[in-house]
Amino acid sequence: MSELLRVRGLTTTFPSEQGPVAVVDSLDLAIAEGEVLALVGESGCGKSMTALSLLRLVPRPGRIAAGEMIFRGRDLLQLTVPEMRGIRGRDIAMIFQEPMTSLNPVVTVGAQVVEAIRLHEPATKREARRRTVEIFERVGIADPEARFAAYPFELSGGLKQRVMIAMALAMRPKLLIADEPTTALDVTIQAQILELLRELQRDLGMAILLISHDFGIVNELADRVLVMYAGQVVEEASRSTILEQARHPYTQGLLASMPSMARPGERLNEIPGVVPPPSDWTAGCRFASRCVRVLNVCADEAPPEVAAGPRAGEIQRVFCHAVAREVADA
Amino acid sequence: MPDTPPLLEVEGLRTWFPIRSGLFQRPSRWVRAVDGVDLLLRDGETLALVGESGCGKTTVGRSILRLEEPREGSVRVDGVDLLGLDAAALHPYRRSLQIIFQDPMASLDPRMRVVDAVCEGMRSFGIGDGDAWREKRAEFLLERVRLDVRLLWRYPHELSGGQRQRVCIARALALEPRMIVCDEAVSALDVSIQAQILNLLADLQREDGLAYLFITHDLGVVRHIADRVAVMYLGQIVETAPTEELFANPRHPYTQGLLAAVPSLDPKRRARGVPVLGDVPSPSSPPAGCRFHTRCSEVFARCSQEAPQLKGAGESQLRCFLQDAPPAGRSGGEGPPVSPAHGDEKAAGPAPQRS
Repeated sequence: MSELLRVRGLTTTFPSEQGPVAVVDSLDLAIAEGEVLALVGESGCGKSMTALSLLRLVPRPGRIAAGEMIFRGRDLLQLTVPEMRGIRGRDIAMIFQEPMTSLNPVVTVGAQVVEAIRLHEPATKREARRRTVEIFERVGIADPEARFAAYPFELSGGLKQRVMIAMALAMRPKLLIADEPTTALDVTIQAQILELLRELQRDLGMAILLISHDFGIVNELADRVLVMYAGQVVEEASRSTILEQARHPYTQGLLASMPSMARPGERLNEIPGVVPPPSDWTAGCRFASRCVRVLNVCADEAPPEVAAGPRAGEIQRVFCHAVAREVADA
Repeated sequence: MPDTPPLLEVEGLRTWFPIRSGLFQRPSRWVRAVDGVDLLLRDGETLALVGESGCGKTTVGRSILRLEEPREGSVRVDGVDLLGLDAAALHPYRRSLQIIFQDPMASLDPRMRVVDAVCEGMRSFGIGDGDAWREKRAEFLLERVRLDVRLLWRYPHELSGGQRQRVCIARALALEPRMIVCDEAVSALDVSIQAQILNLLADLQREDGLAYLFITHDLGVVRHIADRVAVMYLGQIVETAPTEELFANPRHPYTQGLLAAVPSLDPKRRARGVPVLGDVPSPSSPPAGCRFHTRCSEVFARCSQEAPQLKGAGESQLRCFLQDAPPAGRSGGEGPPVSPAHGDEKAAGPAPQRS
């Protein structure tokens, strides 16, 4: 698989009284064509801000302060505003958690997809309409001709998410960024949407950056997983390695706190405290205050990158003093 | 039946909402949000009420507390039917039945400090002697929910989501309730914070003998916390069973579909297709016959003609024709076992907590 996107040193800052804080801090990631990469972490760890940075849609007063984002050979950060607008929606599309807030309530859903198509291509209205109905059918919207004229409020949550996916797919993007695409949906509808994303990814060879806090969904869809904490990557590995042999205490803690990992009636594993606000982030390990394996060195020194591949040829990156010591002792 | 009535016994509960139209705003149709629900909850027990959004589970919780007025049925607490009581007679029951919601920010007054939120209920029920006493008690309650007592003087917006939910729990505990309705109480929290709150709820139950009616769509949480489960679909209970039994041997096709839809954490298990097709139909015009028949994978002719009843002895009940007899043309062994009661093992009360 060839590389689709490579991000190096991405840093997105927001101003604060103590100067700019990096809510995304020197982030590296790579996605191959057709690959599903999951970005996992608690709320406030910078997952969504990473996604918005990739599309250069960071809300003011935030800004991308450093880094490069090479997408098919071009650095997205060097593009002009009109060039970037051409990329958004056409090459990189995004779907959000809450479809109701992403759809225009006073325009029929069909017309919204037609608009998206004609924004990027000189298609006639008729041609765009035909394609919209086709895509509606492709994403499993029953009776697509009738749904074309429906307003968002007339559709269920699952159908609205299908419309969002249809709109995102209208231009056959190379990369789909899916930010918690099923969080607002029931498990039954979630299973339908996950199956749809799986099919589309397989049939269209589209890469997906999946943002989720739920390891179950990650397991269903992802090839590789990046765990974020307080704006930084703390661990990266394949899906099965993350689920079976996670090394970072944060990843281990998150997994162990899932109710389905404990036996009924047993106490759940807790990660004490909450993600500290960006103003409290230090140069040391940001997880130190909640970590069960904290060492003296953790408070002041940034954790080193440890390559801990469990199998030959597999990359597992862990940023942790304790793991570094384990690996050195082994 | 035991001699003492159970803490809570709901029978034939119906809560309908009118759709009004026309010049005189007469109800033209009804949304049958809750349409004949029976529930039983004993002291110290956790009953989970699960189902998709729109199935009526929240309305059941609200109807029990009379935050909605049911049109039919009974809600008996210690044998007394709350639905027949006037406001004055209901007052003491409002104290023993508390509720916490999904969004603690929406249930806390943004202009009230934590101390005032926690003391408000004590004041209105005349608990304690003076504000100083109540403040002392609020301190104690904050410690019980493992919050720093200094947070008493903060406003809700200064707290995190998990801290706010703890304040809501402390406020409910202030009234020494016997039962708390937890309506999606941990659904909006990150998994690490969710674990903290679930552990706290389990501790409080062990210490105070609290009963929980746990309303949620999250089956992972249900399996962990509940003693028994009731599965709702379009205003009715379709299956109820002790938790372990329900997860090991779901009998209703809807329960089977719900369980199959939960993403697994086992890297060797994924991609199992779509277990339940389509959306929940509108509760204002539920399908004739079995309400689930439009989405059911096991549907046969009888299902669209006749409404199945909730049947079964003891703790395990099922609303499905498959338990009567498999339809003609199906092999007999394929359907769920036509089992007699196997409820008595757990009838003695809640399972002892492991610690």
